[in-house]
Amino acid sequence: MIRIGNASGFWGDWPQAAAMQIRSGPLDYLTMDYMAEVTLSIMNKLKTRNPEAGYASDFVSDIGDLLPEIMDKGVRVLASAGGVNCRACAEGLLNRAEEHGIKGLKVGIVEGDDILGQLRGGNWRDLGLAPFDPAAEPIDEIAPRLLSANAYLGAFPIVEALRGGAHIVVTGRVADPSLILAPIIHEFDLSPTDWDALSLGTIIGHILECGAQSTGGNFLGDYWSVPRPELMGFPIAEMDGPDRAVITKHASLGGLVTQASIKEQLIYELHDPEAYLTPDVVADFTSIRLTDDGPDRVAIDGVRGKPAPETLKVSCVYPGGWKITGEISYCWPEAVRKARAAGEMVRKRVENRLGPDAIEDWMIECVGYDSLHPGMVGDAPEPQEVVLRISARSSDRAALEYLGREIAPLVLTGPPGVTGYGGPRPRASQLLAFWGGLVSRDKIEPRVEVLG
Amino acid sequence: MIGRLYLLAHGRSGDKGDWVNIGVIARREAWYEFIATELTAARVGEFMKPMAGGPVDRFELPNLGALNFLVRDALGGGGAANLRLDAQGKAFASALLRMPIEIPTGLEAEVREHWGDGLPADCVVSAADKPSA
Repeated sequence: MIRIGNASGFWGDWPQAAAMQIRSGPLDYLTMDYMAEVTLSIMNKLKTRNPEAGYASDFVSDIGDLLPEIMDKGVRVLASAGGVNCRACAEGLLNRAEEHGIKGLKVGIVEGDDILGQLRGGNWRDLGLAPFDPAAEPIDEIAPRLLSANAYLGAFPIVEALRGGAHIVVTGRVADPSLILAPIIHEFDLSPTDWDALSLGTIIGHILECGAQSTGGNFLGDYWSVPRPELMGFPIAEMDGPDRAVITKHASLGGLVTQASIKEQLIYELHDPEAYLTPDVVADFTSIRLTDDGPDRVAIDGVRGKPAPETLKVSCVYPGGWKITGEISYCWPEAVRKARAAGEMVRKRVENRLGPDAIEDWMIECVGYDSLHPGMVGDAPEPQEVVLRISARSSDRAALEYLGREIAPLVLTGPPGVTGYGGPRPRASQLLAFWGGLVSRDKIEPRVEVLG
Repeated sequence: MIGRLYLLAHGRSGDKGDWVNIGVIARREAWYEFIATELTAARVGEFMKPMAGGPVDRFELPNLGALNFLVRDALGGGGAANLRLDAQGKAFASALLRMPIEIPTGLEAEVREHWGDGLPADCVVSAADKPSA
């Protein structure tokens, strides 16, 4: 039996999860996902300022604290925390091991996903990138401005690091489920064409990759039935063989595992359920069979898969103008009417000063009334108070900074019952634009190394 | 009665570029067929129009008692560029679950049994089969 747990669904997820997964019961592998669409562009910015940065430093600090327990229990850790500097991330862990007096820690790194240098250097033609959207800006035009460019690697390079004896493997951009599929391939010695087993492992990866979203977090099915959410248990997959798994959690922790909680995660960020594409396999979500297997245990089997795509996904990020957001609050009476009037007033004042075109896009929302379901609340009674949220986009940063100066004056020059204006003036922040496409598999060479 | 879809189903939404996916899951497997008949792509697209401009693709997962809808042109150019508070479309699933559905009498009895005293009052749009004027 192997037990694979997850303790992070994104960079910034619950800091207590890893320790709870390791301390609250048996576990063989701990997986932690740090990737979101914008993560790597942030990491590149950090690395530009400091060549020793560019990875999820929280991972080194959190897992660094747990190293003695990880080594004692023999838990192996896999994390997409390496960002654009896996080596520095690994060295950070090795330094922490030395502080603890731990000898023999081996940290694997998986690189080769980062193609920013190649694209900036003009090698976009050799790479033969094909955009998803035919109307997208040509890659050669955005190449000089790119903030990040990464191909999505699969599970097999991670398996190579495990076979090389790594206790911990850190990666850059890998497909999220691949991080969880890798130990399954390793333990059951799957071949790259065991499509059904790779598909099951990928689907287990999809269930685990968002952390507590499969164990009662963000659970619309019946949130109030989730026990002790302050001690939220994160998901664990138990497997005796490559054809069946049980999704569960540590019994001493909170949260729940039911078919409903698993289903909510299965359909999360799903496109075509018959063709869930990863670098490892095309998984078929319509073949999944779920059955109850006791309290907080759901079995999954029957899964089929098809051969992996010939291409890998590529995601590039480049600057896409600027945006600003400011907020101020209005109370009864007529909170919504006053908030909307104040929003329009700001718009007119900015246009009077800068002309009608300086701001390219406006968004004026009443938070507390209909900002989350705009146009859907019908004749719902007005709330007692609302937050006016003004957001705007422009390629002209100075215009947005001026807009930022127009929020506070509402206190003395706008509708009454206004408050909540504190803190610094809103500032413009850079917007990120995406270029997504495909690259032929043979153009990307994963690099695996085991340090320590 | 006319009741909101939330009585029959739960779900989750997430962003895919400028598209939002909304998964809808029957609260009881036996209710899936009814929900699948009611929730055509056209009806979902029409209902979500105030929040999304584009056409809707619909996928079936009868093995999970679930439907998956892909709603296009929903995020003002994509999560990172979207000016809305809900930049990533996390609230779209709840929005779709507001949809009023005419629930036949037999099914209504099952729905009432399922929820018991916890049946959310604001999900009953009309106790009669047709909304009153």
